[in-house]
Amino acid sequence: MLDDFFTRALVAGIGIAIITGPLGCLVIWRRLSYFGDTLAHSALLGVTLAYAFSLNIAFSVFVISAVIALLLLNLQKRTRLAGDSLLGLLAHSTLAIGLVLMGFLSSIRFDIMGLLFGDILAVTLQDIALVWIGGFIILGILYFIWKSLFSATVNYDLASAEGMKPNIYNMIFTLLLAGVIALSIKMIGTLLITGLLIIPAAASRNITNNPKQMVFVAILIGILSVTIGLFTSLELNTSSGPSIIVIALILFIISLIPLELRG
Amino acid sequence: MSKNNLLVSLENAGIYKSPKWLIRGVSLEVKSGQIVTLIGPNGSGKTTTAKMVLNILEPDEGSLKRYTNKIAYVPQKINIDWTMPLRVVDFMRLTNNLSNNEIIESLNQTGVEKLFKEQIHGLSGGEFQRVLLARAIAKKPELLVLDEPVQGVDFNGEIDLYNIIKNISANLNCGILLVSHDLHFVMTATDHVVCLNGHICCSGKPSSVIKDKAYIELFGEHRSKTLTYYQHDHDHTHASDGSVSS
Repeated sequence: MLDDFFTRALVAGIGIAIITGPLGCLVIWRRLSYFGDTLAHSALLGVTLAYAFSLNIAFSVFVISAVIALLLLNLQKRTRLAGDSLLGLLAHSTLAIGLVLMGFLSSIRFDIMGLLFGDILAVTLQDIALVWIGGFIILGILYFIWKSLFSATVNYDLASAEGMKPNIYNMIFTLLLAGVIALSIKMIGTLLITGLLIIPAAASRNITNNPKQMVFVAILIGILSVTIGLFTSLELNTSSGPSIIVIALILFIISLIPLELRG
Repeated sequence: MSKNNLLVSLENAGIYKSPKWLIRGVSLEVKSGQIVTLIGPNGSGKTTTAKMVLNILEPDEGSLKRYTNKIAYVPQKINIDWTMPLRVVDFMRLTNNLSNNEIIESLNQTGVEKLFKEQIHGLSGGEFQRVLLARAIAKKPELLVLDEPVQGVDFNGEIDLYNIIKNISANLNCGILLVSHDLHFVMTATDHVVCLNGHICCSGKPSSVIKDKAYIELFGEHRSKTLTYYQHDHDHTHASDGSVSS
């Protein structure tokens, strides 16, 4: 069954949607949308380095994202520039460095479109294994640190005062975010991964009233987006990544309709 | 736990935030069963001192010693974004695993058990303060730090909440560090008063602080003297929702 490229895409995509659901909720609760975007931009540098030194792409992207996250923490201590300025600085300079380095590696043919928007239809069995095993690890860690992370998300001081050690868990969360970007870069692409993190979580918020519910509904909406998006792209011959995001957007719009009007 | 166990102590502690010291030279102790209050004008370092005691801020000089980990905190201000769907019951479980019964019991103590399933965002300021206090009590802490716990609460509610605070200290035998503007409560119901203005102006038992020159200077002759018992006679009582109960 997994011989079929379409089935492989579906299995990998659903795996990604299951990971981005809970992480996406945390991203919007913590107002980190632009941070996710910055990590995704820096992923291009990660991919370039992976090609240059023939490393595993997911590994290289993860390392670069983690370095960027640490750099951001460091910059925040050194300057009083606002967070969004620092993120913009990091996002675009790493993107630029990635593109410049790419120029030096002229012997290697880059699929720029694939990098930016992903190519879920080219998913291999190894990619599926990576997504599901990696996803399992990420969700496992998330499960164990949920209480501390969640309380720190609601109020840092409160969590800190009551012994939840928020600084450690914030750091782990950042690494998990880097991890999910590394896992999904090949399939969704650097420009669209933030969409898959944020849109299902945002749609879910419109129709739920407690945190756990919001997480589970976000996962469901993610899975729906991936499934419908992939079928649509097959039917209409559109690119798969953008199709998934468009479906997520449509689900978001539906979530805005008040309950009594939804037939 | 027996009475008068030392729970926490600050030794000559201070916080520096460029370009000045927010607070300096603070020494204080909180023991079990004791209510210690911090008073002082705005910007005098009350919240900063409370945060040092809680180890949210690490002192830049001096030291903090803590002898308990069972700590609950009612912060001065909490903003919970609409993006986070949160019911009162979820909020009660924030740092602790509590059964529904334990939660209802605590909410009952502060008179808001009806709000159990309500969204946090829909609460009024006073209701939210009551939920915050209930959450802190539910933890059955040994040390409770309250940063202006009655702000936004109506007058009778204020009296209710202060009574609850007195009861907690007696029933749970926990030590309380309270930041308050309510000089009447501070002077009548607490064991030790620390008067701050960037440093400790004076401290001691309420009866001695009230006569201290530094205190009178800080709060003004008029206010510090006319602050006598204000008796509010009611021929009926109100439930927390405002209805007259008898």
